Amino acid sequence: MTPAWFARRLMLMVYTVIVVSMLVFTITQILPADAAQSLLGENATPEMLAALRAKLGLGDPAWLQYAHWARHVFTGDFGISMRTSLPVGPEMLTALSRSLLLAVSAILVTLAVAVPLGVLAALRQGKLTDTGVSLIAYLGVSLPEFVTATLLALLLADTLHWLPATGYVSPLEDFGDSIRHLALPVLTVSVILVAHVMRMMRSETLDVLKSDYIRAARLRGLPERTVLFRHALRNALLPVVTIIALDVGYLLGGIIVIEEIFAIPGIGRALMVAITTRDLPSIQAGALIMAATYAVTNTFADMAYAFLDRRIRYD
Amino acid sequence: MTELFIRLMRRPQGFIGVLLLALIAAACLFGSALAPYAPEKIDFLGRFRAPGWQNWLGADQFGRDILSRLMVGARSTVPLAFIATFVGSAAGAIIGVGSAYLGGRTDEAIMRTNDAVMAIPGLLMALLLVSTLGNGAGNAVIAIAVAFAPGMARVTRSAALNVRNQDYVKAAIARGEGAHWIIFREMLPNVMAPIVIESTIRVSFAVMLFATLSFLGVGAQPPASEWGLMVADARQYMHQAPWGLIAPSAAIALTAIAFNLVGDGLRDALNPKDER
Repeated sequence: MTPAWFARRLMLMVYTVIVVSMLVFTITQILPADAAQSLLGENATPEMLAALRAKLGLGDPAWLQYAHWARHVFTGDFGISMRTSLPVGPEMLTALSRSLLLAVSAILVTLAVAVPLGVLAALRQGKLTDTGVSLIAYLGVSLPEFVTATLLALLLADTLHWLPATGYVSPLEDFGDSIRHLALPVLTVSVILVAHVMRMMRSETLDVLKSDYIRAARLRGLPERTVLFRHALRNALLPVVTIIALDVGYLLGGIIVIEEIFAIPGIGRALMVAITTRDLPSIQAGALIMAATYAVTNTFADMAYAFLDRRIRYD
Repeated sequence: MTELFIRLMRRPQGFIGVLLLALIAAACLFGSALAPYAPEKIDFLGRFRAPGWQNWLGADQFGRDILSRLMVGARSTVPLAFIATFVGSAAGAIIGVGSAYLGGRTDEAIMRTNDAVMAIPGLLMALLLVSTLGNGAGNAVIAIAVAFAPGMARVTRSAALNVRNQDYVKAAIARGEGAHWIIFREMLPNVMAPIVIESTIRVSFAVMLFATLSFLGVGAQPPASEWGLMVADARQYMHQAPWGLIAPSAAIALTAIAFNLVGDGLRDALNPKDER
């Protein structure tokens, strides 16, 4: 927890974003034999192709194309969308804010459900509750998001009519309606996250309960409730910070599918639209913003972990 | 090997997993021979027919038999996911072992870059690659393999670091063996256990990822009876025929569960002391 460690961790984050930007740029612009042709499709005239090649600088060497793009991105200029002719950056950031609303809600729901269930499973190790919880966890990680989403929509929207099937309402406009529209997507994301966090919580609690300090606390004659809540739970909760941070990566990927299914105008859907319409600047911006979000989240999670667990001394 | 298999089969999760896998393998091998109908056979009188004696799992919007499509579709879903995992795991394993062998600053640089690549979510990476390579099942396999490699590299490297410090590796280095020999003959065989466990579990992710890509329209193309594609098709008709949706969903879930169970079972069978 030295300042040097923080500096190193921040540098690593910057390095991650640079590597990601290179990779995204290479895949989208350098790898295709002729990006202009693949962008404009079969019906493009030679003049249109030439104009686009000049605009993208496709004649330049790869590193120069990247440097040019990176310089603009660094100043926050992601270019102009080929589909809407609007600046890509602001559009993507607005979309990101909607996705974050979904992501944060899902994480909160996950914590509220998964932590108690995981602890319960650990306390009843080998009993029926434990088996039940493990089975649910298995099912959760074995269903792709699009299946969970479709099945939940079939049940809660189409059959029971409890919730609207698709759409997005800003919480600033109508808070109640916003929550109702968010419920299905949040539920879908949470199913998988709950499975991860629950499994983690269960095995962590089991580990902690076997540890010497819990034995010591019990031998001191402390009531079981104090042992559990004051000693065991506090330690078992620590790694959850890390697993949630790692799950943000999954979350961002899963959001692509979930926003597509529930018609939420977030960054995942923006990216999907960009990919199907071959809108190069939007693809690059969306992918980079997503990966950067993950890198930043993980850095802060590492720092939070180091801060919470003073035993960890890096370097 | 036999002993390992017996240990695997003794655990309930291993037993159920192996049983399910055998069923899936049978569907892949003999699915098209055993299917009661041809998967593309259109029957307009039987549109949206509910599950019953004619169509055990019901019929879809063209009156095609869903059970037959599932059985034939196994072949265009599971083996491809398997290949993608195998290629991705092999690439990742070589990177991981190589990095551990080189050690020091080179190892540090490789693993930091590897971690940076992992900041791109798997599905996003696969989508980017498919959008560049072009839609289709073959390209989806390549994309999944690339998306899996960094994760495997990380897992393998941590196992390989322990092996790197073993005497037999030091002896090989002292003998003056080349890097190729040490990586492939000394280190790789000794980190196979974690690689196999991790890969088995990853096949379930690959099945899901492949189905997701097909669902989004960039993986397998119609009229293939790939399972993700079947879900995408059935969504439009979920009011008339929910069975069209539930059957392929269940097939995907069962396959994923099977590989998860076998992976977890293998882990337990290889580490008998760990009772969790």
